[in-house]
Amino acid sequence: MQNRIQQAFARKGQNLLNVYFTAGYPSLHDTVPLIEALTEAGADLIEIGMPFSDPLADGPVIQQSSSVALANGMSLYVLFEQLREIRTKVPDTPLLLMGYLNPIMQFGMEKFCQAAAEAGVDGLILPDLPLVEYEEQYQPIFKKYGLQPVFLITPQTAPARIRHMDTLTDAFLYLVSGPGTTGGANTQAEGVQEAYFERIAAMNLRNPRLIGFGIGDKSSFQHAASHAHGAIIGSAFIRALEDAPDAPAAAKRFVASILN
Amino acid sequence: MTSNFQPNARGYYGEFGGAFIPEMLYPNVEELREQYLTILADPEFQAEYQLLLRDYVGRPTPLFEAKRLSARYNTRIYLKREDLCHTGAHKVNNTVGQILLAKRLGKTRIIAETGAGQHGVATATVCALMGMECIVYMGKTDTERQKPNVERMRLLGAKVVAVTSGSQTLKDATNEAIRDWIGNPVDTHYIIGSVVGPHPYPDLVARLQSIISEEMRKQLLEKVGRELPDYVVACVGGGSNAAGAFYHFLDEPSVQLVAVEAAGHGIHSGHSAATSVLGTPGIIHGSRTLLMQDEHGQITEPYSISAGLDYPGIGPLHAYLGASGRARFISIEDEQALTAVAECSRLEGIIPALETAHALAALGQLGAGPDDVVVINLSGRGDKDLETYMKYADKLK
Ligand SMILES: Cc1ncc(COP(=O)(O)O)c(C=O)c1O
Repeated sequence: MQNRIQQAFARKGQNLLNVYFTAGYPSLHDTVPLIEALTEAGADLIEIGMPFSDPLADGPVIQQSSSVALANGMSLYVLFEQLREIRTKVPDTPLLLMGYLNPIMQFGMEKFCQAAAEAGVDGLILPDLPLVEYEEQYQPIFKKYGLQPVFLITPQTAPARIRHMDTLTDAFLYLVSGPGTTGGANTQAEGVQEAYFERIAAMNLRNPRLIGFGIGDKSSFQHAASHAHGAIIGSAFIRALEDAPDAPAAAKRFVASILN
Repeated sequence: MTSNFQPNARGYYGEFGGAFIPEMLYPNVEELREQYLTILADPEFQAEYQLLLRDYVGRPTPLFEAKRLSARYNTRIYLKREDLCHTGAHKVNNTVGQILLAKRLGKTRIIAETGAGQHGVATATVCALMGMECIVYMGKTDTERQKPNVERMRLLGAKVVAVTSGSQTLKDATNEAIRDWIGNPVDTHYIIGSVVGPHPYPDLVARLQSIISEEMRKQLLEKVGRELPDYVVACVGGGSNAAGAFYHFLDEPSVQLVAVEAAGHGIHSGHSAATSVLGTPGIIHGSRTLLMQDEHGQITEPYSISAGLDYPGIGPLHAYLGASGRARFISIEDEQALTAVAECSRLEGIIPALETAHALAALGQLGAGPDDVVVINLSGRGDKDLETYMKYADKLK
């Protein structure tokens, strides 16, 4: 049987939009209304950021949203409480949790995976969980709870390593668009990025590919999506929420601006 | 030689260490891991490194018998004079080695983090020497409390970036340096300033600092007739000077290793950097080690009067030395450190760095007897701290 992530790719095939937001931002209880609004507006997958004090792979926008979320009182306990009934409201949209290892280790990896599975989470994106540690320590736990790991690929990731990652998941591969943290602009020479996307496309991998980092509007979304199965938007969405009096309404407007 | 305390192939000292890095850093860190031992062992590298240590850094640094301090504490105190290294602290032992390594890896751009500014100055110095571009990340709070070092770095041609995220100290400077490296994966080498970060950095930096204890053994044999002292005492921020001072004594159980941390306003005051007491296992800057965090795994903001010790973690080697009982940890409060500054200045004519003063302040707690030989690693000189010393002049009387 296909998992929800595979079903989403089977339904649409291309131009999938994956939207990231930081749980607890802009205010503590926006998590569920935002998931509902994003789904209604047509987002195909949703990444829920688990805020961390020291997000090494993130640029200033997500750093800032993480500090605000933590100050608002967000924690894994609060998040799982919020997500308890999410699958009665949003049955089909794949939900992924994204965040750093340290808060999860303090919570307990097994307890975390169990809570995620009970909430109906489909996959985990943990940038600072290295492949070797995943395979040696955590793979059995992920499997036990039916959670898919999502691995990041960069222009420097060796082909053999990409093929290996491709065997370890039934979700998608996360192509980081270029060097830099989340939200950074593409500063690569003309054609360099496209050549990298096409090189990975030509590998005929088992899993679909989504491109992320620095995608922020309709044209960058379409450009990225044309080289993969879709794209991921994070920082630009967080920015759209920044001063919005009504976060779910802002979310709908944002998704519409990308898809319509 | 130091078999019990070497990391395994994956960079673990017991349960501490490893390389918890995002995929964006994997190729860089992996390249370094694959090559560092070969490069360090290469006779050409060694010849160049040793020559620079001698003629540029000014090694060997003296081992000085501190007679008046010895009389004061009724034991035999020797000071390993790392403050006499070029640039005024032990940090340069590491940067000289890493810049040669960076050249061999074909890198052209150097980044570093700094707390007290000593590592930043030591990095800017070797970059000037080798004609490499240098960017140093420093917490904004630290740029203010260590102004002379900011000016020194600029004079040496480095770009100093004041980091305004988080607590604006060493932890945040390290985050920003790592983010820079993520953005510049091909041409850039990150010279980490302590025995922290993902494997192989803790081992690399420990090896480059191990010259300190290598010299100590020879100098002790000459001066006291035996290679092994009874105590070796060093302050610990991330732990590089302590790692260097302990390295060649790790497998000598008769030598008591004493690591001194900053307790700030007091261990349980909420304003402290005493990681060995307040820390629990977790991941910081790519390493599984002891760190100060809340029950949700959010890293908490440390505090110390000393910018170089104001860090919420310790290197994985030190976490292991603590857990295995090989090293003893002592915490020293701001005021005790200031008292030690005055004492060392007046009794020995040596003005120590604030970081180093924490090690000196532990003298009264060692329990050393009159015949015991105590080596204090005098990691740096106090010129950079003059502004702080002026501010607390009443405490330094
Ligand atoms: C003189 C001096 N000693 C000690 C330290 C602390 O670093 P570590 O624990 O890596 O030796 C510093 C750091 O800035 C320093 O400048």
